[in-house]
Amino acid sequence: MQSQSQSPPLPGQLRQIGTLFRRELGAIVRTPSGWIIAATVLLVDGLLFNAFAVGTGAKLSSKVVEDFFYFAAGTTMIASVLLAMRLLAEDRASGAMALLLSSPIDEVAIVLGKYLAAWTYLAGLTAISLALPALVMINGKVSFGHVLAGALGLLLLGGATLALGTLASSLARSQLVAGVLGAALVVVLLLAWLLAKVSDPPLKAVLQHLALFDAHFRPLQRGLLRLSDVVFFASVIAFSLGAATRVLGHQRWS
Amino acid sequence: MIVAEHVSKYYGSFPAVRDLDFQIGHGECVGFLGLNGAGKSTTLRMLAGVLEPTAGNIRIGALDALRDGKSIRAQVGYLPDRPPLYDDMTVEDYLAFAAALRGVASGDVGGRVGDVLQTCALQQVRALPIAALSHGYRQRVGIAQAIVHGPALLVLDEPTQGLDPVQIGEMRALLRRLRGRHTILLSTHILAEIEATCDRILLLHEGRIAAEGNEAELAKRFGAGGRLELEVRGLWATVEAALQSCGVRSAQRLGDVTGAAGREDSVIRVQVEADGDRREEIALALVGAGAGLLGMRRLTSGLEAAFARLQAESDAEARANPSLGA
Repeated sequence: MQSQSQSPPLPGQLRQIGTLFRRELGAIVRTPSGWIIAATVLLVDGLLFNAFAVGTGAKLSSKVVEDFFYFAAGTTMIASVLLAMRLLAEDRASGAMALLLSSPIDEVAIVLGKYLAAWTYLAGLTAISLALPALVMINGKVSFGHVLAGALGLLLLGGATLALGTLASSLARSQLVAGVLGAALVVVLLLAWLLAKVSDPPLKAVLQHLALFDAHFRPLQRGLLRLSDVVFFASVIAFSLGAATRVLGHQRWS
Repeated sequence: MIVAEHVSKYYGSFPAVRDLDFQIGHGECVGFLGLNGAGKSTTLRMLAGVLEPTAGNIRIGALDALRDGKSIRAQVGYLPDRPPLYDDMTVEDYLAFAAALRGVASGDVGGRVGDVLQTCALQQVRALPIAALSHGYRQRVGIAQAIVHGPALLVLDEPTQGLDPVQIGEMRALLRRLRGRHTILLSTHILAEIEATCDRILLLHEGRIAAEGNEAELAKRFGAGGRLELEVRGLWATVEAALQSCGVRSAQRLGDVTGAAGREDSVIRVQVEADGDRREEIALALVGAGAGLLGMRRLTSGLEAAFARLQAESDAEARANPSLGA
């Protein structure tokens, strides 16, 4: 009697995904936490950009942009975990999950609607923060492709960490536990390169490949767009959301 | 309309519900009654499609819950013991959201929301955020979300929980309005609630159906409903003879209310013990004997007696097998 809930959404479900997407995005905007996260991310991005990316010494414009994306990756991942931790755990804690589970809507639509709302909000923050590398473009020599690749990198990295956080949120009954678990999952993938250093083949190669930031974001940070990195991030997102869907559906009638 | 076949639900090794078998007809209002932990909420959650049973199956109409869970959920409205609300939304937005989730066509959402706002008397608070509502209003919004898509089956878990007497009266009035439009299943551990609302009662005890029937049937089965207090005008000898003629087990004179003892116009109070609900027979016998029946009050309802019996059985079992209670 297992739930068959991992099939891709059908066109008929798109409306329900849209309904959940609007509610969730509205919830992020209506509650103070969404604005606090936005303000903190933009403030920290600005401070790090001025203090470290631009700095005080002479620097190539491309190096400034590269450093901006390096620091922005950190704030993006933290914001992702914070945004994701409430997605499902809050509904479970408040009892609102019963509304979703008693509705004729598939678990994948619930997960996608909520995830896409958080990702859209995160994308909005990323778009605003791009004002900083845009300043460098105006006053220095930076290729548009470099900024575009970095921005795509932030969206993919944020999307992946958001998906890991969503999985954690599906497992936890409280936002706090979801946040801690989500952060732990992200940290494990961040430190995979370090573990790879002390591991033997073939585990070494696996851990090297799993290194979320080191193996897959750094090229994008430098303006290098590779299909393998995009596929990696997409795989993390698909796996995490698929697992969250299974967790959500495992007790419900199919 | 609803057929549950050998439905069980285990949480780990703990049996929350065991081997439930029951049928509920179209348009019935059925109450699940039981002590805390009897398995009421678990049963209702399974009927609402929120929780999958460990064993057994449920059919609703022609739909089989194992195969058609999604279709069944489209026909069910569910109010859990804690209303599933989003505090940050206004009442109107929340109900529109619930309607859209339940598959109400976009063009019909406004109309449906307007209808349930009226049915549940929520027009005054339609624009307020749910966080600002009182407990009674929150409960009503919970019912509104359950009926917004016009479900055939309405599953309400403790709908009057935490309400004050005025709010309970309003909630009962609302439930009466909903009867006839929906098949209603509700759970409660408040006896008066189920007596006031339901056609039929399923009495759950320790995850099993301990008894089934209407209040009178349960009273008969549990040998209760027969403790009555009467206020009668007339001679005690006449009253006593009349009561004995209709087969009461015992009749005890509690005292005189007015008038001197032994006079025909004196009013006396009598406590009567009978098997089952004998109120009609007692009234006929007293009136037939020329006594004036001024009042009759049940001291224990059938459901109270059933509860008491079940609790006593449970306590006795726990004493006999101390390890079970650990």
